[in-house]
Amino acid sequence: MSSSPEINDVDSLVPHESPWQEVWAQLKGLRRGDSGMVPIVIGIVVLVAYFQIRNSLFLSAGNLVNLFVQATTFVLLGMAEIWLLLLGDIDLSVGYVSVLGGATAVILGDGQFHWPWFLTVLMAILVTTAIGALHGAITILLRVPSFIVTLAGLLAWEGVLIYVVDAQGTGGTISDSSEKVLYDLVNTNMSTLWTIIVLAASVIASSLVLLLRDRARRRNGLTVLPFVITGLKIAAMVIAGGILVSIFNTNRGVTFAGHQVTLEGMPWAILVDIVMLAGGTAFLSRTKAGRYLYAIGGNAEAARRAGVSVNRHRLLAFMLTGFTTGIAGLLYISRQGGVSDNVDSTLVLYAVAAAVIGGTSLFGGRGKIIHALIGGLIVAIIYNGMGLLSITASAEYIAIAVVLLAAVTVDSLARRGSEVSR
Amino acid sequence: MTNAPESSSTSLPVVGPPAHLDSGVSSSSVLLELRGITKSFGAVQALKHVDLEVPAGQVTALIGDNGAGKSTLIKAIAGIYAPTSGQILWNGEEVHVHSPREAEQLGIATVYQDLALCDNLDVVQNMFLGHEETRYHQLDEISMELAAKKVLADLSVTTVKSVRQKVASLSGGQRQSIAVAKAVMRDSKLVILDEPTAALGVSQTAQVLGLIHTLASRGIAVLLISHNLADVFVVADRVAVMYLGNLVSSGPISDYDTASAVDWITTGASTRGASTMAPAS
Ligand SMILES: Nc1ncnc2c1ncn2[C@@H]1O[C@H](COP(=O)(O)OP(=O)(O)OP(=O)(O)O)[C@@H](O)[C@H]1O
Ligand SMILES: [Mg+2]
Repeated sequence: MSSSPEINDVDSLVPHESPWQEVWAQLKGLRRGDSGMVPIVIGIVVLVAYFQIRNSLFLSAGNLVNLFVQATTFVLLGMAEIWLLLLGDIDLSVGYVSVLGGATAVILGDGQFHWPWFLTVLMAILVTTAIGALHGAITILLRVPSFIVTLAGLLAWEGVLIYVVDAQGTGGTISDSSEKVLYDLVNTNMSTLWTIIVLAASVIASSLVLLLRDRARRRNGLTVLPFVITGLKIAAMVIAGGILVSIFNTNRGVTFAGHQVTLEGMPWAILVDIVMLAGGTAFLSRTKAGRYLYAIGGNAEAARRAGVSVNRHRLLAFMLTGFTTGIAGLLYISRQGGVSDNVDSTLVLYAVAAAVIGGTSLFGGRGKIIHALIGGLIVAIIYNGMGLLSITASAEYIAIAVVLLAAVTVDSLARRGSEVSR
Repeated sequence: MTNAPESSSTSLPVVGPPAHLDSGVSSSSVLLELRGITKSFGAVQALKHVDLEVPAGQVTALIGDNGAGKSTLIKAIAGIYAPTSGQILWNGEEVHVHSPREAEQLGIATVYQDLALCDNLDVVQNMFLGHEETRYHQLDEISMELAAKKVLADLSVTTVKSVRQKVASLSGGQRQSIAVAKAVMRDSKLVILDEPTAALGVSQTAQVLGLIHTLASRGIAVLLISHNLADVFVVADRVAVMYLGNLVSSGPISDYDTASAVDWITTGASTRGASTMAPAS
C-alpha cells in the first residue's frame, strides 16, 4: 500500500495485515452475526431447494416473478419498520396504516372524486406520514413506549379504515381497476429492454459506489479492504443482476383461449423497491440525520450530550416509517386490485419479521435498509412456497413464526455476545 | 475560618476579590474563574459561594466526599445547571453559559464517566458525533477518519487498533481515551473529566492519566474529579477540596499530602500535612 510520508505516520496506528488475514477476519465477522449474511444465504438455499423439490413449478420464471411481486410489500413494510427499530422503537400499526393510505388513493381516484393519480398518490403518502408524525408526537410528548402508542394505533386505524371503506357504500370493497396507474404498478411490466437497462444501471451504480469509495480511501492512505472482497461483492451483484434479467425477460405468458399471450419484463413495483432501497441506504449511511438515528438507538443520552436533538430525530424516524408505509400500501392495494375492509391482520407481523430476519436488531442501533429486502424475500419465499404446495394458512403462520423466532434468537444472542465481549 | 493551605470563605460572603486568596495561581494564566457560585435545588444548597480558579496548562483536581457538590459545580460550568448566583469569568471576562452547546463554543469540553459513547458506532463516528464533517451535504468519512487518526496519534493513543472498529469492542481505558480525544479534538481550552478512572484497572488508569498529563502539557486547562487520591497525587498540579457545598481549600499539590487531603475531605478542615498553617477556627 503506497501512501505519502506524512500520512504514513498516522496510518501506522493500524497494523498492516496480509490481505488473506483480512479476508479471514471478514469471514469471522460474518459469523459473529454482525452482518450475518451466511446463515441467511443458507436459509434461502434450503427453503428454495425444499419448495423446488416439492413442486417443480417453484423456480419457474412465472412463479418467481409472482414471488418477487409478493415480496415488494413485505420488503417495503420491513423498511418502514427499520426506521423505528433502529431507535429501539417499533410500529405495530403499519399493516392497517398502509392499507388506509392505499384506500385514500383508491377513494380519491375513483367514484365521486376523480383526482389525477399523482395527487392521489401524494395524498396517500401525506396521510400515512401524518399518522406516523402523530404516533411520534404522542410517543415523545407523553413519554409512552412506542409499542403501546402504535398498538392503540393498530386498533384505531383499523376502525378508521373500516369506517372509510364502508362509507363508500360499495359493500366493503373498492376496486382500483379504474385507476390505471395504480393498478399498473404491480400488474404491468416494463419492456425487456428497460428491464435490462434498469437492472444493469443498478448493478453498475452500486459497483461504482464501492470502487470509488475504495479508491478515495486508498488515495488518502487509509486502509482498504482487499480487492478480493470488493471483487467478490461486485461479481455477486453482476451474477444476481444477470439472473434477474433472465427471469424477468423470460416470456411467462400462457396460451389462453387458443392464442399466445406475451408476458415479459420487470413489474414496475420492483423498481419502486429498488428506488426505496437506494434512497434509504444513502440516507442512513451518508447523511447526518441517518447517523443520528444510529446514535440515538445506540445511546440516546450520549447523542443528546453530543448536541443531537433527540426528539426531532425520533419524530423524523416516525415520519419516515409513515412515508414508507404509505408506499407499501400503494403496492399492496395494487396487488389486491383494490381495498377491502377485511385486511390481512398478519401484515404487521410480516413487516417486523422481514426486518428482523434480515438482520435488524429489535434492541435498537443495529440495522440496514437492505435487511428488509433480504428478510422480505425470505417471508415471500415461505408465503409463496406454502401457497404453491396448497399448505394451509395455519402451517404458513407457524412456519413464519418459527423463522421469526429463530431470527430474534440470533439477534439477542448477538447482542449478548457484544455485551459480554466488553 | 480556615486558612490552610489557602482558604476561601465557607459561609460568609467574600470580602474583596477572591483572586487574592488563591495566590498559587499567579504563575500561569487563569483561564476560568468562579466567583461566589451558589446553586440551590429548592431548599437544598448544593453549592455555597464557591470560588475557584482553573489555570491553563495545569491539572486541577477537584476532590471531596460523596454529595460534596463536585458534579453540581462542573455542571454549572458546563452549562447544564444555571448557578443561582455568582459569576463565571472566562479569560477574565464574565460569561453566562446557558447550555452545553454554549460551553462547547467557549472551549469547554466535559468527559462524563459513562453515557458518553455509542457502542454501536465506530471510533471515528463517536469522535465526530454531533460535529460531522460534510461535503455536498454528504458525510465526509475520509476527512473525518484522517482527522480522528491524527488526534489519536497526537495524544499517543496507540492501543486502538483500528479507528473503524466499533466502540463496543474497546476496553474501558480505550473507551475513556476515545472520550478524552473526542473532547480535545474540538480545540477545547478546558477539559473537565468526571471520575475518568473510576472503572479502570491499573494499566488502563495509567493510560488515561498519561493522556491527562499530555493535555496539560499542551496548555489545556484540565479540571479532574476523582475519588482516588493516588491518581490525584500522580497527575494533579493543583487541588481544590469541596466539603458540603463549600470549597474549603485549594492550592498547589505540594501543599498537601494524603493525610491532610483526607482531613479536608472528611471534616472540611485540617491541622496536618505539608502546610504548617493551622486553621484559625
Ligand atoms: N438535581 C438535583 N436536585 C436536588 N438536589 C441535587 C441535585 N443534584 C445534586 N443535588 C444535591 O446536591 C448535593 C451535591 O451533589 P453532587 O452530585 O454535586 O455531589 P458530588 O460531589 O458529585 O458527589 P459524588 O462524589 O457522589 O458524585 C447532594 O446533596 C445532592 O443530593
Ligand atoms: Mg458526582
